[in-house]
Amino acid sequence: MRLHPLKAILHLGVKELRGLARDPMMLFLIVFTFTFSIYIAGSAMPDTLHNAPIAIVDEDQSALSARITAALQPPYFAPPSHVWLTEADKGMDAGMYTFALNIPPNFQRDVLAGKSPSIQLNVDATRMSQAFTGNGHIQQIVLSEVDEFVRHVRGAGAAPVELALRMRFNPNLTQSWFGSLMEIINNVTMLSIVLTGAAIIREREHGTIEHLLVMPVSPFQIMVAKVWSMGAVVLVGAALALTVIVQRVLHVRVDGSIALWLCAAALHLGATTSMGIFMATLARSMPQFGLLLVLAIMPLQLLSGGMTPRESMPELVRTIMLAAPTTHFVSASQAILYRGAGLGVVWPQLLAVLGIGAVFFVIALRRFRSTLSRMA
Amino acid sequence: MDRHPLTSMVARLRGVNLQYGRTAALSDVSLDIPAGAMVGLIGPDGVGKSSLLSLIAGARRVQRGTVEVLGGDMARARHRRDVCTRIAYMPQGLGKNLYPTLSIEENLQFFSRLFGHNAAESRRRIDDLTRSTGLHQFLDRPVGKLSGGMKQKLGLCCALIHDPDLLILDEPTTGVDPLARRQFWELIARLRAERPGMSVIVATAYMEEAEQFEWLVVMNDGKVLATGAPADLHRQTGMGSLEAAFIALLPEEKRREHTDVKLVPFVTADGDEIAIESRGLTKRFGDFVAVDHVTMRIRRGEIFGFIGSNGCGKTTTMRMLTGLLPPTEGEAALFGHPVNAHDIATRRRVGYMSQSFSLYKELTVRQNLLLHARLFSVPKKDIPGQVTEIAERFGLSRDIDALPESLPLGVRQRLSLAVAMVHGPELLILDEPTSGVDPIARDSFWALMIELSRRDRVTIFVSTHFMNEAERCDRISFMHAGKVLVSDAPAELKRKRQVTTLEDAFIAYLVDAGAESPVKTAAGPATRSEPLVDQAATSETAARPSRLGGFSVQRALSYSLREALELRRDPVRGALALVGCIVLMFVIGFGITMDVENLSFAVLDRDQTVLSRDYALSLSGSRYFTQRAPIADYAELDHRMRTGELSLAIEIPPNFGRDLERGGPVQIGAWADGAMPQRAETVRGYVQGMHQHWLAEQARRRGIDLASNATVESRYRYNPDVRSLPAIVPAVVPLLLLMIPAMLATLSVVREKELGSIINFYVTPTTRAEFLLGKQLPYVGLGVANFLLMSVLAVTVFGVAMKGSFLSLLLASVLFIAFATGFGLFVSTFVRSQIAAMFATMLGTILPAVQYAGLINPVSSLQGAGAVIGRLYPATHMITVSRGVFSKALALGDLRDAVWAIALSVPVSFLATVLLLRKQGR
Repeated sequence: MRLHPLKAILHLGVKELRGLARDPMMLFLIVFTFTFSIYIAGSAMPDTLHNAPIAIVDEDQSALSARITAALQPPYFAPPSHVWLTEADKGMDAGMYTFALNIPPNFQRDVLAGKSPSIQLNVDATRMSQAFTGNGHIQQIVLSEVDEFVRHVRGAGAAPVELALRMRFNPNLTQSWFGSLMEIINNVTMLSIVLTGAAIIREREHGTIEHLLVMPVSPFQIMVAKVWSMGAVVLVGAALALTVIVQRVLHVRVDGSIALWLCAAALHLGATTSMGIFMATLARSMPQFGLLLVLAIMPLQLLSGGMTPRESMPELVRTIMLAAPTTHFVSASQAILYRGAGLGVVWPQLLAVLGIGAVFFVIALRRFRSTLSRMA
Repeated sequence: MDRHPLTSMVARLRGVNLQYGRTAALSDVSLDIPAGAMVGLIGPDGVGKSSLLSLIAGARRVQRGTVEVLGGDMARARHRRDVCTRIAYMPQGLGKNLYPTLSIEENLQFFSRLFGHNAAESRRRIDDLTRSTGLHQFLDRPVGKLSGGMKQKLGLCCALIHDPDLLILDEPTTGVDPLARRQFWELIARLRAERPGMSVIVATAYMEEAEQFEWLVVMNDGKVLATGAPADLHRQTGMGSLEAAFIALLPEEKRREHTDVKLVPFVTADGDEIAIESRGLTKRFGDFVAVDHVTMRIRRGEIFGFIGSNGCGKTTTMRMLTGLLPPTEGEAALFGHPVNAHDIATRRRVGYMSQSFSLYKELTVRQNLLLHARLFSVPKKDIPGQVTEIAERFGLSRDIDALPESLPLGVRQRLSLAVAMVHGPELLILDEPTSGVDPIARDSFWALMIELSRRDRVTIFVSTHFMNEAERCDRISFMHAGKVLVSDAPAELKRKRQVTTLEDAFIAYLVDAGAESPVKTAAGPATRSEPLVDQAATSETAARPSRLGGFSVQRALSYSLREALELRRDPVRGALALVGCIVLMFVIGFGITMDVENLSFAVLDRDQTVLSRDYALSLSGSRYFTQRAPIADYAELDHRMRTGELSLAIEIPPNFGRDLERGGPVQIGAWADGAMPQRAETVRGYVQGMHQHWLAEQARRRGIDLASNATVESRYRYNPDVRSLPAIVPAVVPLLLLMIPAMLATLSVVREKELGSIINFYVTPTTRAEFLLGKQLPYVGLGVANFLLMSVLAVTVFGVAMKGSFLSLLLASVLFIAFATGFGLFVSTFVRSQIAAMFATMLGTILPAVQYAGLINPVSSLQGAGAVIGRLYPATHMITVSRGVFSKALALGDLRDAVWAIALSVPVSFLATVLLLRKQGR
């Protein structure tokens, strides 16, 4: 009589779970990544323009210049420093200020005289996160202060065509929405690779892989057992993180269907757990696995469209990253979680994840089979 | 033996206790070890022998009690420094304190330099030592490729390089074949004849070896049971063999567990049924032949022993028989079926117990048994009964819910056997099942095996390196270098060679097989006169090189050189060091981009006039926007935005053109995808700018001057195109200069801790500063190479111009790398495993550097603790310097403060590490 293959997979998977339950380091890692790390990402990420350091060279010393200075206030800007022109340059060189606003002499007089004088704004463009948006904000603030000042003195009309710009899906552009959900997506990838990879290396270091191989189970069963058990742990963790930490604790509104996202995550886990196994067969020890992980996880997290939009990356990078499951998973996740998309919208991404997952699985299985004897 | 009256003592221990966490390794040990003698420490594994030796060697901190060695207290650092050049310590494990990727020559050079020998001196010593040990012809061979016996000889050479007065050997012959073992002891004997004053302390698990020593310490369970000459122990216990004497010395309750092994002769009842048969079985790994044409037949119910040293091919043969390894040549059959990895049916008839203890430590005894029973598809209803029965039979019932780790080794070994037996196999393949198990547990294990074989007619194929176990087999094979030398009954083998012990028989066969090892030739007539240690030279160098106090550049450089050689030969670490840096530079350079380009937008144009098309054109004309197919209705708009295809949708209302002409109020609708706030902010900025621009354009066309009250002229400084690469790349360089050298430096120390070679730092005169600077230097060099590489990449591939003074950047980088490696070493003082080291280094470098060092948000925008970290952390200043030089065209004068801040961090990190680093194990 032969054991039903599915039963062997079940028993082996349960064994993995029991093993995980007694590994305090891994348990800590799982709990940490699905609670604190998400909370921190969701709450500590500053909004785009926050406390931007600005210096003001006020050569006018008028009511209007005082008015402008008073308008540049926290939380967008750090309280402005009043400096001389030379100090402003030095401060910018040393990276103390991102902005230096230079109000020329006789500015108020020229404005009232209708000469349309100009204010000079120096922006440290190496500070990408603040430079662009900050510039827009400052322009708007300065011009509206001037307009209001003039209207106060003279009175004037409104612009003929109004642009009603609305932000969809995240009306206030709250960073915590973005940060916390992206963190879950990243952690799903990271943790599934770490857990399966560590599960294989643990067996090798303890010499139990050899033991498994003399039992009536096939490498396929061993691998599937690891994939389902570790995948299940990550999936449950992600579901709890999403419903408890993100929705309850951080009060982030999730528009889309969580069930659909979990399905997408399950497909994605098939690919990432296979990656974990593949990497574990390349590494000869836990430290080597760690080094490989550093090299593999960074591109997956930074280049798959989760951190910065894909369309601003070079064409070559974009093409290469199409082969990574994370690219499609991130895109599907963003559609589902941020934009409330349904299956009708995300099916192409899901199909891509499934296809890539299948390829990865087959590659990992072949590699796993061929290295098993060497691992034992 | 009477040459050295046992009057003076080389070591005195009083009330010594040693705890590892909650387990006591030594409890209240008081002992006087005579000088100038060959002293043996005997007892099974894990009774505290190694702990005792490491305390005497000064490699481990004395927790309680006093340890006096060579006339001084080993708890005092000054005394340790004074005597460490007189002590040589060879830790347990084959070549544990050697560096496997380095050659014999390089290993010896390293040790020689640590003891301050000059080039000529070390050349002479290395040649002497290697000639007399027969290693001379293999000087270029990496240690990892040496046999066990050769590794031990090299270990001995390394220990002897500085003419010690006290030689401490921890199980030097475990896992070495009998011939090499005998040669090793001959070598020691010769050495002692030449240096009569030298004391030797040896720990061993082989009782036969210990018979030859002058004075013995019998240990069990962290306590000393007895001391004295072997003859005294025999007299005291009235036992003939030392093993029996040992058992007799054990406390009563332990002894009660002991069962004498009764041999039952093997009767072939099943006719000549063959359980294992192999013909010409061969395994090659590359050009190395691990198993060379092994042919054998093992009958059903037989106990067949495989005898040989580590690495002679025993394990490989067993793996091929179980189907774990496919043979290169030849064939093997179990019960008449050819071995096939996919033959699941045959696997069920075989039980296998591998060399390493291979049970799931995370599962309890019961869970282990259940898992195996299930996987071997024992029928479900039989499982509970079977598990209970087997637990009963193997004496595991009491510990059924315990975790294996909490059980003594002997019990664990029984559990391994029980697991291998749970499905009732007809053949057991056991690979060194009793190594490291105490004699009592070993005997009870053998009693079980004999019962299985004789009562249940289970065929047992077992490998061992204990000769008294070999005697218990029905037949044995001697194996050497992949070949089976001979197979027969033990008694028959002794008779054939006309010797009294099986060990002698084995050695006789080894010699026949040409296993005459180099030591024999070296000890031949031509070289016999050459002394092992050059007496004249010894007295000449008696004034030992400046070993006390002071900083020795030579020792520090010795560490640097070794570290550099090791790094060059480790592909994974080497790859991380160079390729990793490039890969990560690309990834981060492209990954952290704030550029928003090619934003896809589409228009829902309900007006369809020239004016409305003109509005759309003003957007699509910009490089920031890419126009997609127009939108037909709201449903489509919704769908396309949800897929993420559109970042921006514009709705132009009906009658837009007409209303605009009339000057009536007109409203254009725009929806931006707010899912990514950073991108949405930028979209907002672009769209508003574009809208204003279009309005002004329209007004101008109609001749109206929409003069504003004032204008703001923005000047984007340092990076006029506001592109991400010139902003990010100069910040990525410091980030990688921090992370990679720090991680490599941490690993370099923690690796030594994990692999055991850190002992060399503990027991040699190397000071902490020498060790640290020596370790740091190659990584600083590597970091500088990384820096140059990244600078070239930044300028060429990323096209980021370097506007300022390159020399200033170089200076700051060198200082910064010195800090980074110093920080890595600092981390290494409190982590133990390599994985923890990586984790801690990442947390300590990447996290503060990305969050607080101004990579994305300037430090001046931070508040609270973040701001404090940001101001103090050297990465902040390095980013300032890097951006200053790359983008802001600054020179050293402008960056003085930042460079000083970095320079200051170097001694701070170094001093902190020196203070925290321990010169002893705990």
